[in-house]
Amino acid sequence: MNKRQKRMLARILLAAALLLALSFTSITGWMRFVLYLVPYLVIGYDILLKAFKGIKNRQVFDENFLMAVATVGAIALALYEQSGDYTEAIAVMLFYQVGEWFQSYAVGKSRRNISDLMDIRPDYANLERDGQLERLDPDEVEIGSVIVVQPGEKVPIDGVVLEGSSSLNTSALTGESLPRDVGEGDEIISGCINMTGLLKIKTTKEFGESTVSKILDLVENASSRKSKSEDFISKFARVYTPAVCYAALALAILPPLVRMLGLGLPADWGTWVYRALTFLVISCPCALVISIPLSFFAGIGGASKAGVLVKGSNYLETLSQTKIVVFDKTGTLTQGVFEVNGIHHSEMENSKLVEYAALAESASSHPISRSLQRAYGREIDRSRVTDIQEISGNGVIAKVDGVSVAVGNGKLMDRLEIPYIPCHSVGTIIHMAIDGKYAGHIVISDIVKPHAKQAIQALKESGIHKTVMLTGDAKRVADQVAETLGLDQVYSELLPAGKVEKVEELLQSRSEKEKLAFVGDGINDAPVLSRADIGIAMGAMGSDAAIEAADVVLMDDDPLKIAKAIKISRKCLRIVYQNIVFAIGVKLLCLALGAFGIANMWLAIFADVGVMILAVLNAIRALFVKNL
Amino acid sequence: MKKTYKIDVDCANCANKMEEAARKTEGVKSATVNFMTLKMIVEFLENHDPQTVMQQVRKNCKRVESDCEVYL
Repeated sequence: MNKRQKRMLARILLAAALLLALSFTSITGWMRFVLYLVPYLVIGYDILLKAFKGIKNRQVFDENFLMAVATVGAIALALYEQSGDYTEAIAVMLFYQVGEWFQSYAVGKSRRNISDLMDIRPDYANLERDGQLERLDPDEVEIGSVIVVQPGEKVPIDGVVLEGSSSLNTSALTGESLPRDVGEGDEIISGCINMTGLLKIKTTKEFGESTVSKILDLVENASSRKSKSEDFISKFARVYTPAVCYAALALAILPPLVRMLGLGLPADWGTWVYRALTFLVISCPCALVISIPLSFFAGIGGASKAGVLVKGSNYLETLSQTKIVVFDKTGTLTQGVFEVNGIHHSEMENSKLVEYAALAESASSHPISRSLQRAYGREIDRSRVTDIQEISGNGVIAKVDGVSVAVGNGKLMDRLEIPYIPCHSVGTIIHMAIDGKYAGHIVISDIVKPHAKQAIQALKESGIHKTVMLTGDAKRVADQVAETLGLDQVYSELLPAGKVEKVEELLQSRSEKEKLAFVGDGINDAPVLSRADIGIAMGAMGSDAAIEAADVVLMDDDPLKIAKAIKISRKCLRIVYQNIVFAIGVKLLCLALGAFGIANMWLAIFADVGVMILAVLNAIRALFVKNL
Repeated sequence: MKKTYKIDVDCANCANKMEEAARKTEGVKSATVNFMTLKMIVEFLENHDPQTVMQQVRKNCKRVESDCEVYL
């Protein structure tokens, strides 16, 4: 509780005690009025003041004004009718303040809850200088410094391990509870907790550019991108309050006039003014206005806990309407860790062929070229490679030791008009031509991720109509993967531009309400990620490009998280709609009951505060995502 | 140019009103108030000085909601 909340609580208790004490006295007349004025002012002075300021600034229809008019009106009515029943007005003010207090408390609490969830911000970095450890603000550590992370500490900055080996707890980043082992030479990301051994790390980024800063920034700003539901509510609130105020005015004036002039009955002003005042109490849109952003905030917080970063409330909304999921193959459904499985028809020694291939591909970051480099197994001397020419979707032509080497698929060989021998193995076939002559091919194959099949299954169970796979890979490989995983459609041998085209086609053939999600590994999928209704990047730990281009970022490689993310978003949106329907429904019902004189002010204020409390509690439910 | 400011406000509807007020201020291209994180993100029009624009934004916010603060 902060200071303001404590002071408010004291005022609430004091006013309640005074009101209770006064109810046992039997003073009448003016003295009674003066005595009852004390608790009223204790609980409501700030509201009256704000209402007055609002009128002065021509901002009439705010909830302060409503409460002020309703309560002052009720007191005036009690004076006019000489009933001496001031309790009602004071109680309305009291409960209104209780509601406000609860709201402020709940919001503060969930703010803290969510920042605790994302408690990955490192407070310091241990810098090694002349054999001494120095504790510094991570912001002050320069690139290339050597920092020391002791067991139990958070890794503050991205870097490479220089010395030591340890297990890392990445659960705050990925939601994954299995520790990850690192050793010398491994890249390490900030935000992980070092569990067992001492690590010396050479930093490769500044703190502000490190994974942990980027993630924190992203999550903190996520709820600033507002969803359609939020926009709807703020527009609704702007119309609703004035509308109810005018309705109240009409209710106070018209029926008595009609009774008096039209029906010849007594005007009965008191009853109708009272009903109008009840209207005013119901007209506060608080429950709606607070519970909707709170639901999204909690939903985004819950998702980050599960290792799913959602960049905005609007994306959470779109995600919940997803009906078509389009996958990239490599790195998304498959490991993207290719291995050289065979070398056929080679004219030279196998290792020599791999060496040529690895050197020619040395400039590319494509998984295939990385696997070639791994198969080569030695340090790559880039000075041996010149004139590198990358032909997108075909391969690479380069000069290695002055000899022209072409490395790529069948299309590259066709392009160079070199006859080649097709391969019967399933996998990616890398044809090689050296000095213009065919030199054999290397078979590289990829492994399907362990959860990929389950992931597709889970998506189908959660109501996804269509799963599609797009890949630049050969038809045979693609078809085989699609069949193992049970995908509905597959498009293979696509160039990067072809993927965008296919997504456009899919976008046109679906109805407006079925949203299309594209899932990629974020390295070469940026254009498709941004073209889809919602772009999901996988395995983004450390990949800046993915965090930039995608709308939803899955922190680990597990495709099962896609279904989880969709379920989280649906739960959140379900809560949002529940709150909208519940709050508006109860308000309209109370307005109707109030107009016919069935609901009095007591019921009105309970409806108002009660609905708000229930809506806030419901909103907080969005935070719990574990069992989805 | 986009800048983020810390704000203090007690109710969600007031935050919406502040957003509305900030948007209507001259020199502001777009404004978003995030009630949950208590932040105001303002994008300024070109050739307007953020400093002076923000003074006005703060004044306008105070007018619609007396009990708020924008930390400049």
